[in-house]
Amino acid sequence: MILKDNLGPDGDAFYNALMDAHEGRDESESHALNARLVLMMANQIGDLEVLRSLLEIAAATPQKQD
Amino acid sequence: MAYDYAPFPYVPPTGLTAPEGRHPVVIVGAGPIGLAMAIDLAQHDVKSVVLDDNNVVSVGSRAICWAKRTLEIFDRLGVGERMLEKGVTWKVGRQFHGAKEVYSFDLLPEPGHKYPAFINLQQYYVEQYLVERAQEFPGLIDLRFLNKVTDHTDHGTYVELTVETPDGTYALEADYYIACEGAGSPTRKRMELAFEGQTFEEHFLIVDVEMETSPFGDHDTPERWFWFAPPFHNGQSALLHKQPDNIYRIDLQLGPETDPKEEATEARVIPRIKAIVGDTPFRLDWMSVYKFRCAKLERFVHNRVLFVGDSAHVVSPFGARGGNGGIQDVDNLGWKLASVLQGDAPATLLETYNEERTHGSAENILNSARATNFMTPKSPIEALFRDEVLNLASDHPFARKLINSGRLSNPCSLEGKSLQTPGDAPQHPGWPLMDAPLVGPNGQTWLVAETKGQFTLLGFGQTALPEITGIARLGINGQHDYPCFDDIEGHAAQRYGADHIYLIRPDGHICAAFRSPEPKEIQAAYDRARGINA
Ligand SMILES: Cc1cc2nc3c(=O)[nH]c(=O)nc-3n(C[C@H](O)[C@H](O)[C@H](O)COP(=O)(O)OP(=O)(O)OC[C@H]3O[C@@H](n4cnc5c(N)ncnc54)[C@H](O)[C@@H]3O)c2cc1C
Repeated sequence: MILKDNLGPDGDAFYNALMDAHEGRDESESHALNARLVLMMANQIGDLEVLRSLLEIAAATPQKQD
Repeated sequence: MAYDYAPFPYVPPTGLTAPEGRHPVVIVGAGPIGLAMAIDLAQHDVKSVVLDDNNVVSVGSRAICWAKRTLEIFDRLGVGERMLEKGVTWKVGRQFHGAKEVYSFDLLPEPGHKYPAFINLQQYYVEQYLVERAQEFPGLIDLRFLNKVTDHTDHGTYVELTVETPDGTYALEADYYIACEGAGSPTRKRMELAFEGQTFEEHFLIVDVEMETSPFGDHDTPERWFWFAPPFHNGQSALLHKQPDNIYRIDLQLGPETDPKEEATEARVIPRIKAIVGDTPFRLDWMSVYKFRCAKLERFVHNRVLFVGDSAHVVSPFGARGGNGGIQDVDNLGWKLASVLQGDAPATLLETYNEERTHGSAENILNSARATNFMTPKSPIEALFRDEVLNLASDHPFARKLINSGRLSNPCSLEGKSLQTPGDAPQHPGWPLMDAPLVGPNGQTWLVAETKGQFTLLGFGQTALPEITGIARLGINGQHDYPCFDDIEGHAAQRYGADHIYLIRPDGHICAAFRSPEPKEIQAAYDRARGINA
């Protein structure tokens, strides 16, 4: 599992592409898009152990505090 | 035509008037599992008394999908061919999302097997054939209908039980007590054993309809058709199967907010069926509304009391792992209990029934629970992921694999369990025997049909297999002073690798694999497989 920077100079471009993909969608459409993305990215990674660690860390990351 | 539920005769048992003496085995429950258990034991020369509180076969079709592995076990029990002949053979499953087909799978794409991936055959036929087979062992199987077990006590070296009949109550004693009483097992409740797992909130309507015209339309090859968001039913899913006698099984998911009594009425069911078959005439044969559960006992062996089939574990039916799992329990326990009773193995061998079958049932529960979770999303986010999997599936192959309408019963691997001697070969120790066509002195036959009910050494070519007391030998592509067969089509050599020797258990699981072994290595593996420590 990679948690160090792996996008290099393309980080900003990726982030903006992700925002663009969501543009003009209402919240439920955005949720559906995210769900599709998660499924496709999981298949791209294709390694259950890596996926499990990613799930664990994402789930353990605290929500934003107000 | 509707099945004729002819009652089996009740005969007042001897025990009502005089003590019967201690029986080696009493089996409680004459469902598919108890009946198969009695036949397996009889084929190993072990007597049993089978007690059932009822006197007819399963009312309603219930289990209809019988897997290849089960058919191979039924073959050994002498009923496989009859079931194959009557049953509807199928191997392809199609999944639809709305009206559109998104994915299909073939469960047995290769040739060279005696039995197909699946047959559909109503549980009442399976039970009828098993009863008739059991009646072929009058000296070994004592089948008693309308005999209800109401109490039992394990005295350490034997079990005492109380049986209620139309003519009163009597007592029985047995060395071993096998509880095959189904999901509601009174024995389990009497012993206050925890039966833990997961209950699913959704209701499912299960209907059998008889009709001349196939609801599969012009596509009349029997298959398993499964719909998510079916166009003809306002619910999450639907399933269609063909059974013998022009009977079709239709399962409709109804959701959690359902009154099961009201739903299981003709007034409610007929319009639902008409929505599927239109104006085609049909007859309602059976209907029932179920909620499903996945649960198991922690242990299947409690001293002299052994749990087998649904009394030990239950699963939701998506994947057909209930009855098929139970038949694998029988297959596993039969030869072990016979060996123990006949003094060929220590009583501790029974502990490996617990080891191997709690493992098998955990695997069945895992698969059935995952399928049921996919089909019955518990929250909006689960529903969203499920819908997006279905969405992606029409264009992207990876998502098709994630669609889960049931992972159909596979034979359980016993690899790594204590009776198996680890070894390196194309077929791993622990795997069930993979079938292959053979030709012998009596013509065409099958590997699964020739390795039956006893320890067997399987080898290829001209090197003779050593003679070891208690082990049968089977040669392929050689000529020896033991039964030899030709592998005309090459499937056996391809599946097993022609320079390996395999030791096969009486239940058809491989327990060791060798290359040019010393006889003492084979002996050691044989002892280990019978729970005898060197
Ligand atoms: C809708 C549905 C669909 C299914 N589909 C499939 C499928 O396609 N494939 C599959 O493999 N499985 C399927 N199953 C599961 C399958 O039906 C069961 O796993 C199977 O019936 C278990 O057999 P059993 O002999 O353990 O128990 P049962 O069939 O329940 O038999 C238990 C017997 O014990 C008797 N009994 C109970 N208490 C006593 C007592 N105190 N004294 C004496 N006798 C007693 C009962 O009368 C009964 O005859 C399905 C189940 C359902 C409900």
